[in-house]
Amino acid sequence: MVSISRLAKSYRRGDQSVPVLFDISLEIPEGDFLALMGPSGSGKSTLLNLIAGIDKPDSGTLLVDGEDITRLSEADLADWRAAHVGFIFQFYNLMPVLDAFENVELPLLLTSLSRRERRERVEMALSLVGLSDRMDHHPNELSGGQQQRVAIARALIADPAIIVADEPTGDLDRKSAGEILALLRRLNEEMGKTIVMVTHDWHAVESARRVVHLEKGELVDAPAPHAAGSD
Amino acid sequence: MHFLKLVFKNIFRHKLRSLLTLFGLVVAILAFGLLHTVVNAWYAGSDMASAQRLIARNAVSLVFPLPIYYRDRIRTVDGVTAVSVSNWFGGIYKDMAPANFFAQFGVDHENFFDLYPEFRTNPEELLAFKKDRRGAMVGRHLADQHGFKVGDVIPVKGTIYPGNWEFVVRGVYEPRDDTTITRQLYFHWDYLNEEIRRKYPRRAEQVGVFIIQIADGSRAAEVSRAVDREFANSLAETLTETEKAFQLSFIAQTETIVMAIRIVSFVVIVIIFAVVANTMAMTARERLAEYATLKALGFGPAFVGMLIVGESLAITLLGGALGILATFPAAAGFKAAMGSLFPVFRVAPETVAMQAACALAVGLLAGLLPSIRAARVRIVDGLRHIG
Ligand SMILES: Nc1ncnc2c1ncn2[C@@H]1O[C@H](COP(=O)(O)OP(=O)(O)OP(=O)(O)O)[C@@H](O)[C@H]1O
Ligand SMILES: [Mg+2]
Repeated sequence: MVSISRLAKSYRRGDQSVPVLFDISLEIPEGDFLALMGPSGSGKSTLLNLIAGIDKPDSGTLLVDGEDITRLSEADLADWRAAHVGFIFQFYNLMPVLDAFENVELPLLLTSLSRRERRERVEMALSLVGLSDRMDHHPNELSGGQQQRVAIARALIADPAIIVADEPTGDLDRKSAGEILALLRRLNEEMGKTIVMVTHDWHAVESARRVVHLEKGELVDAPAPHAAGSD
Repeated sequence: MHFLKLVFKNIFRHKLRSLLTLFGLVVAILAFGLLHTVVNAWYAGSDMASAQRLIARNAVSLVFPLPIYYRDRIRTVDGVTAVSVSNWFGGIYKDMAPANFFAQFGVDHENFFDLYPEFRTNPEELLAFKKDRRGAMVGRHLADQHGFKVGDVIPVKGTIYPGNWEFVVRGVYEPRDDTTITRQLYFHWDYLNEEIRRKYPRRAEQVGVFIIQIADGSRAAEVSRAVDREFANSLAETLTETEKAFQLSFIAQTETIVMAIRIVSFVVIVIIFAVVANTMAMTARERLAEYATLKALGFGPAFVGMLIVGESLAITLLGGALGILATFPAAAGFKAAMGSLFPVFRVAPETVAMQAACALAVGLLAGLLPSIRAARVRIVDGLRHIG
C-alpha cells in the first residue's frame, strides 16, 4: 500500500539546514496498523506528515498504491489527500464554530455528494463513534474523548484508505484513550483501514499490529533502553 | 452554506473585538458621509443655478456696483430675452446671531420672479408684492423659520445702507424641489434706490448685478462676451458669466476649506482601513491552525483565503450599512443644529454610493494581505500553531 524508499527530510532554520529524517525505507501493507514510536524530536510527526502528503521530502520516493505522491503538485496533492487520507490530530483540530455534524460533514463538501447523501453518511459515521446524540454540540460542549471521536468520524467520512493519527490519545485520560484505541482497532479490523499512528503510549502500541521505532531520524530495530515511550 | 456559516460565526468569536471594529466602521462611514454632505451643501447654491441665466457684475470686483442704465443696453444684446437686477442689502434682523442671519436682496419687482421659475409664487401674492413699494417676498424656509406671515412687518437694520428699514411681507414663495433654496427675502430695488437718492445721492441709480435671461443656454459664453463687449472701455466694465460660474466664484474663496474637509474624510477612511487590517491580521494569525487543518483535509488555498476576505467584507459591509443608515438621522440633526447656514443639507445618492464603495474597498484590502498569508501557510507550520 505505502512504499517508502530512501526518504530524507531536513528543515531550514535560518541559513543552516537541520536534518530530521535520514534515508528512511519502510513498507506499510494494506490493512496494517502501524505504531510509530520514538523519543521526542526523533522525527515521528515529520515522517507521518510525509506519508499523509502534507509535507514534502527532500529526496526519496513515497509510493501510495503505486503513485509517487512526492511528484504531485500542491493542488493535486490536496485532491489526493481529500480522497485517500483521514487525519486524526492530538488536539482534535475541529472547527470551533461548527457543531459535530458540520465538522464531520466538512470533507464531504469537497465531493459531489448531495445534501441528503451527506446527511446519511454523517449520521452513520457519528453513530459509529457513538455520538448520535451529540450531533448539534459544538466542540467546546464536548469532552476531549468525545471531540476525538468526532475527529475520527471526520477522518473516515470520505472513506479514505489510510488514516494517519498523530498522538491521538496524547491529550486524553486513560479511559477515553482506551475508547479511542478500541475505535481505531475497529476501523482497522472491521473496515480494513490502513492506520499509521504516532504514539508515546505503550497501551496504544498494544492495539497496533506492528511497531517501528524512530531515533534521531533513523528507523531502528529495537528501542534503546529508556529512550522510547518512557515519558 | 458552510462557507457562509464559517464566515459569519467567525465574526462573533471575539465579540468585543468585532464590536469595537464594527463601531469604528460605523463612525468612520458616518463621518465620511456627513463630511461629504457638508461639501455638497456648500455647492448647493451653484447646483440650483440655471444655465439659462447670466450674471453681469462689475469687472473690478463684486463690491463695486454697475449703473442702472446698463439694463436697457443689455436688453438690446442679441440672445438676451429679459434683464432683471439684484442688489445685496446685507441688513441685520434682530441681532448678529447666525440663526437670525438671512440674505436680503433689492430686485426688479416687475420681472425678477419671472426669471426664477424655481421660486413658485401665488399670482395674487405676487401682484400684492408688486403693488406695495415696501413689499417683500420671503421664501418658505425663511417664513417657517421665523414665523413670517403675509402682512408681517420685518424690521431690518441696514449696514451697507444705514438706517432702520421695514419690509412688509406680501407673499411666500415655495421651492420647486428640495434643491431650491428659499431662505432669502426679496424687496423692491426701486424702494432701496429712492431712499438712497434721498440720503446719499451719489450712491443712487446703481445695482449690484444684472440678471440676464438668455434664449439658448448653449450660447451662454457667446452672449456673455457680447454683453461685456458692449461695456468695454467704459467707466464700469462688466464681467458676465453663467449664474453657476458666478456662484462657484463665491465658493472658490472657501475652496481650501472644502478641500481640507475632503482630505479629512478620506483620512478617516484610511484610519479605519488600518484598524480593520490589523483586526483581520490578528484574527488570521490566531486561526492559522484551523486554516492548516482545512488545507490538510483538502480545501484549497482559495477557500481559506476567501474565508478571511469574506469575514473582512462581512464586517465592513455591515459597518458600512449601519454607518449609511446612521447618516440620515445624523444629517437631519446636523441641519437642525446649524440652522440656516446650509439651506440645502441632504445626503446625496452619490454620497451613499461613495460610503458603500469605501466600505467595500476597506473590506477587500484589509482582508487581502492576511488572506494571502493564510492561503500560503504551509500545513505543517500551521498545525504547529496549536496550543
Ligand atoms: N516546520 C519545522 N521547522 C523547523 N524545524 C522543524 C519543523 N518541524 C519539525 N522540526 C524539527 O524537526 C525535528 C523533528 O520534529 P518532529 O515534530 O517530527 O518530532 P516528533 O518525533 O514528532 O517529536 P514529538 O514526539 O515531540 O512530537 C525536531 O527537532 C523539530 O524541531
Ligand atoms: Mg510529533
